[in-house]
Amino acid sequence: MATKHSRMSARLMISPAVLLLLGWMLIPLSMTLYFSFLRYNLLMPGMEEFTGLTNYRFFLTDPAFFAALWNTIALVVGVLVVTVIGGILLALLLDQPFFGQGIVRILVIAPFFVMPTVSALVWKNMFMNPVNGLFAHAAKALGLQPFDFLSSAPLASIIGIVSWQWLPFATLILLTALQSLDQEQLEAAEMDGAPWIKRFWYIMLPHLARAITVVILIQTIFLLSVFAEILVTTNGGPGTASTNLTYLIYMQSLLQFDVGGGSAGGVVAIILANIVAIFLMRMIGKNLDA
Amino acid sequence: MGRITLDKVRKAFGDIEVIPPLDLTIEDGEFVVFVGPSGCGKSTLLRLIAGLEDVSGGQIRIDREDATNLPPAKRGLAMVFQSYALYPHMSVRKNIAFPMKMAGLPQDEQERRIEGAAKALNLTDYLDRKPGQLSGGQRQRVAIGRAIVREPAAFLFDEPLSNLDAALRVGMRLEISELHKRLATTMIYVTHDQVEAMTMADKIVVLRAGNIEQVGSPLELYNRPRNVFVAGFIGSPKMNLITGAEAAKHNATTIGIRPEHLAISTEGGAWKGEIGVSEHLGSDTFFHVTVEGQVEPLTVRASGEVSLSYGDTVWLTPNEANLHRFDAEGLRIA
Repeated sequence: MATKHSRMSARLMISPAVLLLLGWMLIPLSMTLYFSFLRYNLLMPGMEEFTGLTNYRFFLTDPAFFAALWNTIALVVGVLVVTVIGGILLALLLDQPFFGQGIVRILVIAPFFVMPTVSALVWKNMFMNPVNGLFAHAAKALGLQPFDFLSSAPLASIIGIVSWQWLPFATLILLTALQSLDQEQLEAAEMDGAPWIKRFWYIMLPHLARAITVVILIQTIFLLSVFAEILVTTNGGPGTASTNLTYLIYMQSLLQFDVGGGSAGGVVAIILANIVAIFLMRMIGKNLDA
Repeated sequence: MGRITLDKVRKAFGDIEVIPPLDLTIEDGEFVVFVGPSGCGKSTLLRLIAGLEDVSGGQIRIDREDATNLPPAKRGLAMVFQSYALYPHMSVRKNIAFPMKMAGLPQDEQERRIEGAAKALNLTDYLDRKPGQLSGGQRQRVAIGRAIVREPAAFLFDEPLSNLDAALRVGMRLEISELHKRLATTMIYVTHDQVEAMTMADKIVVLRAGNIEQVGSPLELYNRPRNVFVAGFIGSPKMNLITGAEAAKHNATTIGIRPEHLAISTEGGAWKGEIGVSEHLGSDTFFHVTVEGQVEPLTVRASGEVSLSYGDTVWLTPNEANLHRFDAEGLRIA
């Protein structure tokens, strides 16, 4: 891309792709914006009318909104904490030489290939079910009262299920980062008198900073929109105990047929997601600079 | 104090013995160079001394104390790695401070030593930079600085100059030699470059396949190589090794003659040959001469500029007094 001429033709050639992507993004966004200012209920088709900010007022003053906001944050932060810490520990373990390393590494990735609906149903019916679940059997074998995970601790249970799905992703990224650490640096630190825990703290962890940033950023994007796990396990309940923003918007538009309110919720979710993105980039984005 | 004694030290990886039992004493304050071709076990030997590898047998003593099973940090040795192994996320100051921080030295003592090391190594202006912002030579100096501040019993260098360009290498060679004179601390230096070995060492240890071939001062090795391997390895350009009838004339299986001990003449001499490639260095000229009846061309040094060109017929005469004779086992005769 040295000459003016080649820069020009480069721009010309990528412009169709850019325009397509722009349209792809802008059209649904502007439609959502447009719907959010309409009184638009699927039960009363053809009766749409402009209502200004009423949809927003209803959505933002709905007590379920604050519950959902809190649940969304708890879900994202909870899963991030579990997967980052668990991922680092697992990566450290898998980095050790042991028999069958290759197979174990493949097995570790396996949960990531199971689709969310399936894994959530397996967890719900085979593990967490208070009558037939494995955990219930284990509790009974120990003479304890079985614990009804999904009704007594719905959000924590969902955090557990989602963490199980994302742990392999974190482990994999952190493992590759760990493997790229120069062994001579660790040996130098060993010569410098650093015991294992200090080598981990001063050498390995700073080396992992960039990978941890990547894990947090990518996972946050996906965790803000967790949906299937909630739909098939708790349906957002009991009450709103496990409703996040995505699920609330789904309830608004498709269970209450209120497309206008749902769209307003969608716009609020976009704004909140961007606020989160700005804060994340401010806090940890500097780790991505070389 | 830094007297290091290796007593029948042995190292095997699985069934493969890389270092057969080996004895070596390194005196306090000595600059010892381990030299040998790649894969001769010189780095492994250094890592055994450092404690980064466990010995398979024998004993390592540092200042008369058994250090065989001590962890690396407790041996009081500092190591400079080939890749420098600087901590990329720490500033130069923090890199140098790291071993002292681990040892829990008081802050003002740390500062004092950092200032001292930075001054000695010309790093004062770079203390707040990250290693990534430094040149190769500066990184090398930071690695040395990190070793100095520990005030170790001995320094271990693992091919520290191999990542530098030729000009810088000569400069750093001098700096390390100078550092050794100033600190008078034991230094063990691993290299495959015999020029580094010759220029820096008090004592050279020539290794081949884990065996010590010869130990001695650079000139001892140069003037009286114990066997054919050392003869061929030490000296640049290499010693000419001649086998066959010519060697038999001197009652030897192999005879060796260094390029500077061959006289070249256009009129007459012992061996007739034809000039191949010539290398003009200004101060010296090296001719590669194909001698009749010899497979390998002989290298000859002529002082200054000599006007001989490709294909010229010349005669070579070895200086008998500087002829090295080796027997069938490759060992030196007398």
